[in-house]
Amino acid sequence: MSPRARLVLFAAVTPVFAVLFFLAARGLPSFGSDFHPYGDRAVAVAIEQRATDNVVSSVNFDQRAVDTLGEEFILFGSVIGTLVLLRPSPEERQVGQRSAGRVLPTTRLAGYLLLPVSVLVGLYVIAHGQLSPGGGFQGGVVLATGWHLLYVAGRYLAMRRAAPPTVLEITESLGAAAFAAVGLAGLGLGGAFLANVLPTGSRGELLSGGTVPLLNAAVGVEVAAAVVLLLAAFLEQAVVLRRVDYQDQR
Amino acid sequence: MSVLPYLVAGWLFLVGCHGLVTSRNLVHAVACLTVTQSATYVLLLAVGFRAGATAPVFSDIPVGTRVVDPVVQALTLTDIVVSATITAVLLALTIQIHKRHGTVNPDELRALRD
Amino acid sequence: MMLLIYLAMGLVTLAGTVVVLSREPARQAVSLSVFGLMLAILFVTVQAPDVALSQLAIGTAVVPLMIMLTIQKLGGRQ
Repeated sequence: MSPRARLVLFAAVTPVFAVLFFLAARGLPSFGSDFHPYGDRAVAVAIEQRATDNVVSSVNFDQRAVDTLGEEFILFGSVIGTLVLLRPSPEERQVGQRSAGRVLPTTRLAGYLLLPVSVLVGLYVIAHGQLSPGGGFQGGVVLATGWHLLYVAGRYLAMRRAAPPTVLEITESLGAAAFAAVGLAGLGLGGAFLANVLPTGSRGELLSGGTVPLLNAAVGVEVAAAVVLLLAAFLEQAVVLRRVDYQDQR
Repeated sequence: MSVLPYLVAGWLFLVGCHGLVTSRNLVHAVACLTVTQSATYVLLLAVGFRAGATAPVFSDIPVGTRVVDPVVQALTLTDIVVSATITAVLLALTIQIHKRHGTVNPDELRALRD
Repeated sequence: MMLLIYLAMGLVTLAGTVVVLSREPARQAVSLSVFGLMLAILFVTVQAPDVALSQLAIGTAVVPLMIMLTIQKLGGRQ
C-alpha cells in the first residue's frame, strides 16, 4: 500500500472508530463510579482467606496465577526470539574497545555507589511484593537495570564475565520452571494447578500469602535474567559488533 | 459522570495509529506502537478507578476501606511487561531488516520487494 | 484529587502526541521516556502504585534504552 493510500484509509476509518469508541465509552460505568463487583470480591478473598495485604499481588500470583504463568511464557518466548534474531551474523565481528573508553571518575564513583543500593532496592521490592506495592516484575526490572550501572561505570567486560549469557539463560529457565513447579505442587497437594497450598500466615508478616512470595521470587529471578539478557543482546549489537568492512569505510 | 478519561485512551490509540500509518522509519513505528499500547493501560486503570478510594494495599489502612479495583491493576501490570518484551522483539527484527536490506524505511523496503 | 488526575491526563495526552510527532528517532526516544514518566505519574494519581512502579522501571528506562541502542546500531553502519 502506498503511503497515500494508507493515509486515505486511516482518514476513512478514524471517524468511524472515534464514534464507535465514544458510544462504547458512554456505555461504560462512569469514571470514578462505585460499581466494581469483581474488584470487591478479589479484595475480600485476598484479605479474609489468603492474608495477602497487597491485593494486586494476590490477583497476579494467587487468584489469577494461571494468567501470570501464560504471561511468563510470553516473556520467555520473546526473549528467545530476540536472542535468536540478534545473534551475530557471519559478516560481523567484534571490533573496537570492549571497555567503555574514558569514563569520568565521578560517573564511575556514582555507578559503584548506586549498584549496591539498587540491588538492595530490587531485592526488597521482590521480597515485599505481598505486603507493599511491588513484586517480582518490578523488582526484577530494578535488579536488571541496577546491574547495568556497571556498564555506566565502564566495566563492560567485568559485567559480561560476572554474568555470562549461558548462566543467565539457565537462570531465566529456572525461574520459569520454578513457577510451573509451584503450580504442579499445588496440583499434587491441593487438587488444582497453582492452588495456594502453603499456610497463609497472618497479614503483615513477611511470609504471608502462602505461595505468593515463592511465585514472586520465581518471577523476579526470571524477569531480572530476561531483562539483563535483552539489554546485553542490544548492547552487544550497538557497541561491540561491527561489519567486517567497517574499518574499510573509515 | 465523565467519559473524558476514556477519551484520553481513545486519543492515545488513534494518535499512535496515525504515527504507525505515516511512519518513515521502523524504529519510529515501534515507538508509536508503544504509545498505542499505553492506551490500554489508561483505559484499564480508568475503568477500575473509584473516586475518593485509596490503593488496594492493606498494610497501613484498616480492612473495609474503599479501594480502587485491583483486578484491572493486575491486568495492566502484566500488560506493561509483555509490551516491553514485544518491543524488544520488534526492535530486534528492525536490526535484522537493516542488516539485510540497509534501510528501515517501510516504503523503500516495499520498493525493494517489487 | 480529581484535579490532579485530570492534570496528569492532560500531560499524558500532550506527551503521547509529542512522541508520535517527533520524527527524529533519537529525540523520540527521549520524548518516549518523558511520556513514560507522565504515565507513571498518572498511575500514581489513580491509586495504582504497583503499576506506576512497573511503568517507571520499564517505560522510562528499559524501552527508551533499547530504542537508543537500536538507533546507535543502525546509525553506526551508515
